[in-house]
Amino acid sequence: MNYDPFVLPFTIGSIVLFAILLYYYLTWISRISYKERGKIWKGIFSKKLFISIKEVFQESLFHRKIFRVNPVLGYMHTSLAFGWFLLIIAGTVESKMNSTKAFNMPYEPIFFKFFQIDRTVSAFPNTFNFIMDFLLLIILTGVMLAVIKRFYSKLFGMKRTTKLKPGDKFALYSLWLIFPLRFFAESFTSGVYNNGGFLTGTAGTFFAGFLPVESLSYIAWWAYSSALGIFFISLPFSRYMHIPTEVVLIFIRNFGIKTKKNNDGFAEIEVHACPRCGICIDKCQLSMSAITNTIQPSYFLQSVRHNNTDENKTFNCLLCGRCMEYCPVGIDINAQRMIQREKMLLGKKVSFDYLEIIPETKKADVIYFAGCMTHLTPKIKLAMVSIFRKAKVDYMFMDEDGSICCGRPLMMNGNDQAAQELIRKNIQIIKASKAKLLVTSCPICFKIFTEEYKLDIEVMHHTQYILKLAEEKKINLKNNNKTVVFHDPCELGRGSGVYEQPRKILEMISTLQLVKDEKNASLCCGGSLGNTELDYYKRDEITKDALAELENGNPDVLVTACPLCKKTFNKFSRSEVMDIAELVDISMEK
Amino acid sequence: MKDFGYTINKDRQIDFDKGDMRVAKFLKESEPTYNICFACGTCAATCSAGQFTDFSLRKTLTFIRRGELGETKNEISKCMLCGKCYLACPRGVNTRKIILKIKEAVEKYNL
Amino acid sequence: METATYLTSMNYDVTLIEKEKELGGHLLNWEKLFPTMSYGKDVVSFLDKGIEMAKVKVEVNAEITDAKKHGDIFTVTLSDGRKFESDAIVVCTGYDLFDARKKEEYGYGIYDNVITSAELEAIFLKGDEIKTTHGKTPKKIGFVHCVGSRDEKVGNAYCSKVCCVTAVKQSIEIKEKVPDADVYCFYMDLRMFGMHFEALYKQAQEKWAVNFIRGRLSEACENMDGSILVKVEDTLAGKPLKMNVDLLVLMVGLIPSAGTKKIGNMLGLNFGVNGFLKNQEQHCLTTVSNIPGVFFAGTCVSPRTINNVFVDARAAALMTASYLNNYEIEKRIVF
Repeated sequence: MNYDPFVLPFTIGSIVLFAILLYYYLTWISRISYKERGKIWKGIFSKKLFISIKEVFQESLFHRKIFRVNPVLGYMHTSLAFGWFLLIIAGTVESKMNSTKAFNMPYEPIFFKFFQIDRTVSAFPNTFNFIMDFLLLIILTGVMLAVIKRFYSKLFGMKRTTKLKPGDKFALYSLWLIFPLRFFAESFTSGVYNNGGFLTGTAGTFFAGFLPVESLSYIAWWAYSSALGIFFISLPFSRYMHIPTEVVLIFIRNFGIKTKKNNDGFAEIEVHACPRCGICIDKCQLSMSAITNTIQPSYFLQSVRHNNTDENKTFNCLLCGRCMEYCPVGIDINAQRMIQREKMLLGKKVSFDYLEIIPETKKADVIYFAGCMTHLTPKIKLAMVSIFRKAKVDYMFMDEDGSICCGRPLMMNGNDQAAQELIRKNIQIIKASKAKLLVTSCPICFKIFTEEYKLDIEVMHHTQYILKLAEEKKINLKNNNKTVVFHDPCELGRGSGVYEQPRKILEMISTLQLVKDEKNASLCCGGSLGNTELDYYKRDEITKDALAELENGNPDVLVTACPLCKKTFNKFSRSEVMDIAELVDISMEK
Repeated sequence: MKDFGYTINKDRQIDFDKGDMRVAKFLKESEPTYNICFACGTCAATCSAGQFTDFSLRKTLTFIRRGELGETKNEISKCMLCGKCYLACPRGVNTRKIILKIKEAVEKYNL
Repeated sequence: METATYLTSMNYDVTLIEKEKELGGHLLNWEKLFPTMSYGKDVVSFLDKGIEMAKVKVEVNAEITDAKKHGDIFTVTLSDGRKFESDAIVVCTGYDLFDARKKEEYGYGIYDNVITSAELEAIFLKGDEIKTTHGKTPKKIGFVHCVGSRDEKVGNAYCSKVCCVTAVKQSIEIKEKVPDADVYCFYMDLRMFGMHFEALYKQAQEKWAVNFIRGRLSEACENMDGSILVKVEDTLAGKPLKMNVDLLVLMVGLIPSAGTKKIGNMLGLNFGVNGFLKNQEQHCLTTVSNIPGVFFAGTCVSPRTINNVFVDARAAALMTASYLNNYEIEKRIVF
């Protein structure tokens, strides 16, 4: 059996790591509800298993999402992850083919070059040497890029990268050392025994020229093993926990488990899957415009993991969802924030018993809910009423005299019970109207109607409804000869996945200009109700930056689909700001 | 002093020195925009809960300033956090955060 | 106009460039002036007389397309291509009124019976009868103070100074024309800063029974018959208040005019934090700009009352003359 004391750090490290991971994963999975755990069991024996394996290859190894952010950044991550993965596979194959025994020690592939010094008896020595050296070279380029990124992140398209705490830095340095040390260990050994490939062999011969390679090689193998051991032991307590946890997350997520409102096992897995890569920092508008760099998910999730999150980190977030679009791991960051807000919020008891009186509800086919904000932008509700009339729809204006809030602002700030009270009230009114369709002109309300209200009637945002009316020829749209630009509201676009319907309407009646960051990359207007910490100076900066991009092509009209966006943009816009309902209303044949 | 036959009803008077200033102090520390409110009443005029009840954010904030906390807990629990007051305020007071902080203070000081 | 009159009388070569077809600016649109209730047109005549007697050179319908300083000479180019050279420039580009459509919740441009103070003044000037758009004489009229001023949400945090006393003036005028109507002013503060303003306010209450309600409008809605439903928090009574008015007048604030911004950018003048032009020192150098030879007069620097504009105009004339003569005293001004 191949053995040398230097394998101990690696072996002990691996065993400890394996044990810790097992403990954590079993604990977390046990903290997932019983019903949901059933999904895991079913999922393993289904097609979803292969979908998960494919996703693991695409994201955890190949890092497709990171390539989309920046190709060099993508290469850096891929070379390390995929490179190391292939190195392990190739090394295992190499070791198996060269072994006479059925059972090998797990460290044998890692330290192959130490134990198998006579290449004449190796299987396919040149092929394997080439493959292993090639993979090692790829990984070393990745390590070099990683080191450079710490100092010049701009070269990787990242204005800012995560500021690391000492614990993470320790793990980082041990990771960086692993492959250079492997290189030196294999090279020095090759210098003595000439068993290396194009990289290690050449280097070995070179070193042998002026260094005592025999003694140095043994030191290098010790160092290599120790670097691995240290890295493994620090892995579960550092950002590198994401390496195994991301894989677990992908599988469980594909089996159908989602983040809920409480801090269950799945939420814990998600929190530990954050690699703190820092991509979310640049994409966050609080960083871009408001110079706030302490609250992005990299830092927020870290603080949750270490149980020391504070009010500012939790509440100072627009909940716009941009970070989620670019997160390579696909963590449901908004849900995590809302879990923390629920935990941190004091004074949740409310008394909405003043809502017990339900006014007489008129019956109609379609019930229209304008939303609280629309009362401050009355042109929108007037336009909707006009459209209903022109299309001869039997409608009922639910909150004509004033709204009972839909409940989402309360929910976004962590008071789920209070929101449920309002939801109950509003459902009573909606049911009493016997309507078959609920139309709202506010995306915030739309999101909660579709996600939380559990209505058995159809719910539509007014952009979807107007398109339906146009396609059914209940209204006739004509061209208004204006160039327009469309702003995707956070709650409608990223929040509810509605991108195409407003654009289809606008293409029928105007010339639609394209914007640099649109659809799921669109910029938040800054008015979000999800953030209670931001002062209005910083909000203004976010608004102005978003406007600069939208008005870049000097459109006649900036079209919004959200009353809050309209009010926010109106403050600084050069062009006219109109809701899509208003634009449609003036583009109709009488 | 000659007794002119009338007295100031002590229950109605705001005895400022004896007022409970804890919530005001807490608000001033946790949300600086509390200070710039000039009680114009736009928040109360636009309030969603104001349609159904006589909750008035302006009144609640003014009473807190004067140290009269008797009604604070009941009144502030009526807020639906809809955000209209924040959109309407001409001075840019961060009304929603203040409301959340008042609720926190009510818990903290066991009002 | 006043600065040009005095400078010409002092024998300087002055050209007065006006982009509209006649001189006078906003003053042409005001019927009566506070607090004296004298006629705006009388002030315009006084100014016109000055121009006539001093024989000031005037260019009307002249839009400026470029203005530059080379060395000590200023060159101003008009849209028809003509160039004017001078040793000094006095900027009197004035103000614009806040576009009340930005305050959508008040219903201007949406509901018929919501008008601005400028539109009301125009009705007074034309001598029209005060009528709602449905043709009836209003029984209740509301004035809303601070529309577009003291409002972070439209980007104007400052006070426009003159609108409060204008509301008082217009409410008196409406009562004179429609004695049976009830007039309500919805205010946040009543800024009666000038001499005789307080007396005007008292007169409004005493003689004309104008009602003053301290509360800022959140929204206005339209009723079926065209009247406007107003929702306000009556801060003095401590209760919410709603009422129906037949006519709602919005007291719009003053904003830097488009011309002010244009000329300021062309010449490289400093702008203050509220968007108006910035003078060198707010106490002692109100008519002096950051560029030697460029002087300010009037509301391009901040909202002003008419009497203060006259004072300012004459001060600007003096400072310009002093600059052109390079008096010893000029050394007091450090740029």
